[in-house]
Amino acid sequence: MNMGLYIVQQVINAVSLGSLYALVAIGLSMVFGILRMTNFAHGDMMMVGAFGTLVLGFLGMPFWVAALGGVAIAALVGVIVERTAYRPVRGAPDVTLLLTSLAVTYILENLGILIFTSSPRNFPVPDIMNQALQFMDGQITFTAINVVTIALTAVSLAGLGWFVTRTDAGLGMRAAAEDLGGARLVGLDVDRLIVVAFAIASAFAGLAGVLWAAQAGIVEPDMGFTPLLKAFVAAIIGGFGSIAGALVGGYVLGVLEVFIVAFLPSAVSPYRDAIVFAFLIAFLLFRPNGLLNRTQEVKL
Amino acid sequence: MPEIARDAAAPILAVENISVNYGAVSALRGVSLHVNPGEVVALLGANGAGKSTTLRTISGLIRPRGGAINFLGRRIDGLPSARIVRLGIAHSPEGRRLFGSLTVAENLRLGAAARADRGGMDEDRERIYALFPRLAERSRQQAATLSGGEQQMVALGRALMARPKLLLLDEPSLGIAPILVQQIFASLAELKQTGVTMLLVEQNMTVALDLADRAYVLRTGEVSLEGPAAELKDNYEEVAAAYLGARQ
Repeated sequence: MNMGLYIVQQVINAVSLGSLYALVAIGLSMVFGILRMTNFAHGDMMMVGAFGTLVLGFLGMPFWVAALGGVAIAALVGVIVERTAYRPVRGAPDVTLLLTSLAVTYILENLGILIFTSSPRNFPVPDIMNQALQFMDGQITFTAINVVTIALTAVSLAGLGWFVTRTDAGLGMRAAAEDLGGARLVGLDVDRLIVVAFAIASAFAGLAGVLWAAQAGIVEPDMGFTPLLKAFVAAIIGGFGSIAGALVGGYVLGVLEVFIVAFLPSAVSPYRDAIVFAFLIAFLLFRPNGLLNRTQEVKL
Repeated sequence: MPEIARDAAAPILAVENISVNYGAVSALRGVSLHVNPGEVVALLGANGAGKSTTLRTISGLIRPRGGAINFLGRRIDGLPSARIVRLGIAHSPEGRRLFGSLTVAENLRLGAAARADRGGMDEDRERIYALFPRLAERSRQQAATLSGGEQQMVALGRALMARPKLLLLDEPSLGIAPILVQQIFASLAELKQTGVTMLLVEQNMTVALDLADRAYVLRTGEVSLEGPAAELKDNYEEVAAAYLGARQ
């Protein structure tokens, strides 16, 4: 086998996985940046997005319309959670916020189990999504889902980049992330900005959920748990609270995980997550603030 | 327009008998003051006398325990600060509180965040650049990379971008090279000429009294002296006594 092509193949896999981590990590970092709050319920927006898509599909919508609807439902649920659960305890000690978000996680996951049961369900996608694309006599192979994942992530990130650098609301969000009190002082409507942040963060997680489910072929109520942990790692690698950092961290993590499996002896593969977390600890010893510190986040 | 405003009888801001507590500590005890349209009023006093607290209470960052604040005939104590900014009070805070990772131009733009009418923003920015030419040169630079004096100019410019009816200035001279203090106060004098109403907190008594029409001296949360700036300037001993708390 040609080593160069093998590396290309692994890079494609890594970018595809990294895109999902980045989509989830960005929302986590965005909310943390403004509210200094670690939102454990963020991963559940993946579940909401995927189940939303599934239900709308059952109702007869074509897949792409249903997926868009699922993302919108995730955004809506994120906003509702902020209004009903987080806003009333805003300003309370950090531990209160943390426990509130844990409670929201349990409520959402149990709602998911009540409605859909805890067993995994098939997540039907159009046949074209599972089609394998082969190049170089099959030495480079990827499915259409990989392409769709990478493309949709790129479009979303470009849209987000435009939003935070070119719109007044985006500018306001960056200001609020830097100094919430200062943002109030210049007369920014901070409550509105927080709603916008939750809507975007949840929509991104919802999109990640749809793509995750499409790759796995199944949905289940606790599907967001593992990706959430990975997104934490990604966000911390990049510098928690920085949008650009979460993006970089997501792809670093994707590369790390794929390459550990691809280039280390196969006996090591089962320890992939252990190696990744060991790397995180070692990394934090040297760069406790992550790859990008907060003052650089404007350069998204 | 400035001349008409200056002659209007009703004060633009009336602070009546406000009290503020920080926990068990009382920071303000029955402070009353007023600002007339077109006037520059200085709020003097030693460290911890309650000057910044007074400004922070006016702009809604702190809720007073008692008393009332009226702005343009409307009660504003208890309103959220975003509303108060929208009504026309811009606050250039102590320590400037710029958004350091954002550029000078972005900081200025944020100053207009609460403005209902977004028209004329470019003209306003040009006017601020004319007032502080240094900012025009550095408009694309991150605010955190500027010197203290330049940052103070950004803070002033940001407050002006709100087109305020009343400008609250908290220690514009703090931590700034003397030459820049002169420059900034010269710009403030220019602003005064155009009819901008200001309530100015300062520890630097001389520059403050040169600029102001009237002044109040705060001591341990109470007004200990008030009067026209010109009179206070000629009566340094009385002012010093009001600062330090010797009996008059």
